[in-house]
Amino acid sequence: MRIGVTVFPGSNCDRDALHAIERAGATPVELWHADPELKGVDAVVVPGGFSYGDYLRPGAIARFSKVMGPLEEFAKGGGPVLGVCNGFQVLLEAHLLPGALLRNTGMRFVSRRVRTRIEKTDTPWTTLFDGGEELTLPVAHNEGNYYADEGTIRTLEEEGQVVLRYLDNPNGSANDIAGICNEARNVVGLMPHPERVSDPALGSEEGLRVFKSVLAAAGARV
Amino acid sequence: MSIQETYASLGLSDSEYDRILELMGRAPNYLELSLFSVMWSEHCGYKNSRPLLRRFPNTGPRVLQGPGENAGVIEVGEGWALAFKMESHNHPSAVEPYEGAATGVGGIIRDVIAMGARPVALLNALRFGPLDDERNRYLFREVVRGIGGYGNAIGVPTVGGEVEFSPAYSGNPLVNAMCVGIIRADEVVRAKAEAGEGNLVVLFGAKTGRDGIHGATFASDELTEESEAKRSNVQVGDPFAGKMLIECSLRLLERDLLVALQDLGAAGIASSASEMAARGEVGIEIDAERVPLREEGMEAWEVVISESQERMLAVVEPEKAEEVLKICGRYELDAAVVGRVTSDGDLRVLDNGDTIGSVPAQYLADAPVYEREVRRPAYLDEVQNFDPDDLLVPEDYNEVLLRMLAHPNLCSRSSVYEQYDSEVGSDTVVRPGADAAVMRIKGTKLGFAVTTDVSGRHCYLDPRGGGAAAVAEAYRNLSCVGAEPVAITDCLNFGSPEKLDGYYGLSEAVDGLVEACEVLGTPVVSGNVSLFNETEQGAIYPTPAVGMVGVFDDVCRHATSGFKREGDMVVHLGDYRPTLAGSDYLEIVHGKVVGRPEAPRLSHEKEYADLVRLLVAEGIVDTAHDVSGGGLAVALAEMSVAGGIGMVVDRVEVEPMLRGRRRDEALFGECGAHFVVAVPEERWEDLQEALAGIPYDQIGRTGGDRFAIPGLLDLTVDDLRAAYDRDLFERHAPEGGHLG
Repeated sequence: MRIGVTVFPGSNCDRDALHAIERAGATPVELWHADPELKGVDAVVVPGGFSYGDYLRPGAIARFSKVMGPLEEFAKGGGPVLGVCNGFQVLLEAHLLPGALLRNTGMRFVSRRVRTRIEKTDTPWTTLFDGGEELTLPVAHNEGNYYADEGTIRTLEEEGQVVLRYLDNPNGSANDIAGICNEARNVVGLMPHPERVSDPALGSEEGLRVFKSVLAAAGARV
Repeated sequence: MSIQETYASLGLSDSEYDRILELMGRAPNYLELSLFSVMWSEHCGYKNSRPLLRRFPNTGPRVLQGPGENAGVIEVGEGWALAFKMESHNHPSAVEPYEGAATGVGGIIRDVIAMGARPVALLNALRFGPLDDERNRYLFREVVRGIGGYGNAIGVPTVGGEVEFSPAYSGNPLVNAMCVGIIRADEVVRAKAEAGEGNLVVLFGAKTGRDGIHGATFASDELTEESEAKRSNVQVGDPFAGKMLIECSLRLLERDLLVALQDLGAAGIASSASEMAARGEVGIEIDAERVPLREEGMEAWEVVISESQERMLAVVEPEKAEEVLKICGRYELDAAVVGRVTSDGDLRVLDNGDTIGSVPAQYLADAPVYEREVRRPAYLDEVQNFDPDDLLVPEDYNEVLLRMLAHPNLCSRSSVYEQYDSEVGSDTVVRPGADAAVMRIKGTKLGFAVTTDVSGRHCYLDPRGGGAAAVAEAYRNLSCVGAEPVAITDCLNFGSPEKLDGYYGLSEAVDGLVEACEVLGTPVVSGNVSLFNETEQGAIYPTPAVGMVGVFDDVCRHATSGFKREGDMVVHLGDYRPTLAGSDYLEIVHGKVVGRPEAPRLSHEKEYADLVRLLVAEGIVDTAHDVSGGGLAVALAEMSVAGGIGMVVDRVEVEPMLRGRRRDEALFGECGAHFVVAVPEERWEDLQEALAGIPYDQIGRTGGDRFAIPGLLDLTVDDLRAAYDRDLFERHAPEGGHLG
């Protein structure tokens, strides 16, 4: 299986995502922002970082990159897409996911390990988890405070689109939301960084199953 | 403006101007004078410190590159090497803290890139005035934001550092940034414009504007009210361009397109070109009109000394220039051929073909050297005069310990380092908050550890002992995580060398550093000097900052300080000669900075630290911590809080340690060369065997939720944590009264 990782100018977790994908047993493929093609990959990760410096609004410029056209089509066609941190912000800007991410309520960048709970295992990125399973994952962001209007939040909850929830909310997110999926469940956005806990040498492999999940999901589909 | 006023405004003295006249055989024009001004400033030319720096040992079996390049390089193994350097950005941070700190980080990253290395770790050593002052709080908050703002965006993890507060730094904060990069040992790049005549000079990165004109000169002067007016001298950072610059530089080097590479820092193109020319013993011609500009109407002299950030200068063979420009375009960076290498040894600046300045590069590189008299200042006798018997003995040690743990100099730094991305890159094995950060090298079992240590107060009370103490503490910190210490980089932050106290402090502290580096076997491979750290209230403490790097054969074999298990034996190892002189306790509880601290016993430091490292490497010990600020009681409390496990000291066992000592001295006294380790009972015999011939005491056991020394202290781990886990950015009340 080939999993693509988009690289925008200013992406900085792209190498980490490529490394985690390789560890999960898939073939990582770099997708350069200026090339309007997905090189036939089976899934796409939009990694963290500060695309285009995030000077306007996180993800606001990246959303117009040439690679985004094919990516949006891929997502609408049901292809598995995962956005992590800045990648989550990009997917929101591209309206592949609902809502927005605001400044953390503490008004500071927050980088620490947080406890989270897997809420949904019916997305291609969470199939190998148990519902209700607790994970300790790193967060590192300035704008991770998930916000949407009441109606949207209600829909997300009722339709089971909240995929990951904070047990110790680090940023003021509505309903402790750490990650969501779209209605079709193939597009997932996570604020925490599973790729950073995908190697036992760094003390934890809890995040690797996110990438192994998409492999398993692809296997099930074939 | 008279000529005298002109050169004085550029920071040149009468005798320096006379020397320029003599060298040039004519009067220099304004551009040429500007070149001398920046290249002969302390920041670039080390005119006050060069003879002192020559004392540093700088060779060793693992040293691939010592001082003189953009960064030092050491060998790790399996063909891997590390490039690292620490640099100060004190003056810019004093007037514009966010940008000053951010560009400090950007600058040190570029030094590492210039060696061809990928930056993989950042650290920073910071000093501010006390937090009960509004201005100090502002400087602290903004410096931390600036470091995070740049480091987080550029994608290099900030893995360690240190911060303390003292009135000596009010209005003159210290911002020392360190970067470590990884590189193949046989691919180290040097910033030498050799390969001679006809090669082209390419400038790439951000556009050039008017920022930071004469910043190097500004950084080499005292801070006064007028400094505020020099705010426009502070450069502005763009981490996004910085990130592009990293990726682009590494790509250019990977494709073997560059002959030499140099970052642009103080004094911009002029300084980088003249350094490259001087090192390569060639000349360089710069066409000022070919430099991509951000603003209109810039004069040629402004263009060549502008300190606009995120730029690099490369020497390129003519046939490769086109490919270089193309790759820069891919990374959306400006790039242009702005000059050429010549054979005449001159740095020449042309403006549309007209020579507007020309100086032999050797003259610029050869700043005058001032050796001054080293005479012991009178203040030392006064401050060293200290009798602990004059101190009140506290009644409630619970209260004293909690107060120590809550003090800004000893409490948790999590409110600082949680603003830094410490994990991007997926190589961080031990995150901030430990004795040293531990990093792995992907695809190998190898790793490295890195720490910064600073000893301002100790140097104020005894500069020579303090200089040695900074190196010794770094050595202990690396040993505690299990790394073999290899080499150091340093920032020498001092007051004016033109004043007796200032030069004495500098010279003595350097001697202390030298002595420790020699005994501990850790040469100095890079560094930076920041003098004139003075405000109208006086000079800062003499403050050497040491950044030490060590290596692991197997990075999985490392230790951390938190207690790991209930029932572990807690063992004190090494010298126990605590003194209150110059201690944290004395400053925090009694409000005094006096006494002559114990000078490090360097042979013991080495012997015991090497043993601790061995214990970790052999897997006997996974819990180790060095005893430093706050003494034994604070060290044990930190281990308890970090692990969330209590401990009870065995009163009978520690009785010999307490005997004949004041209780406060026993608990909070400081001395160096000692450690605490913890082992499960089944390894106790192995440990005892390994410790044969070394002084040690089993002092207690881990377990439960109490932290107690029967008869002296009885608290819960929650009590300790409540005091220790303090947000340094909350609005601070003054620290409160002292015991007297």
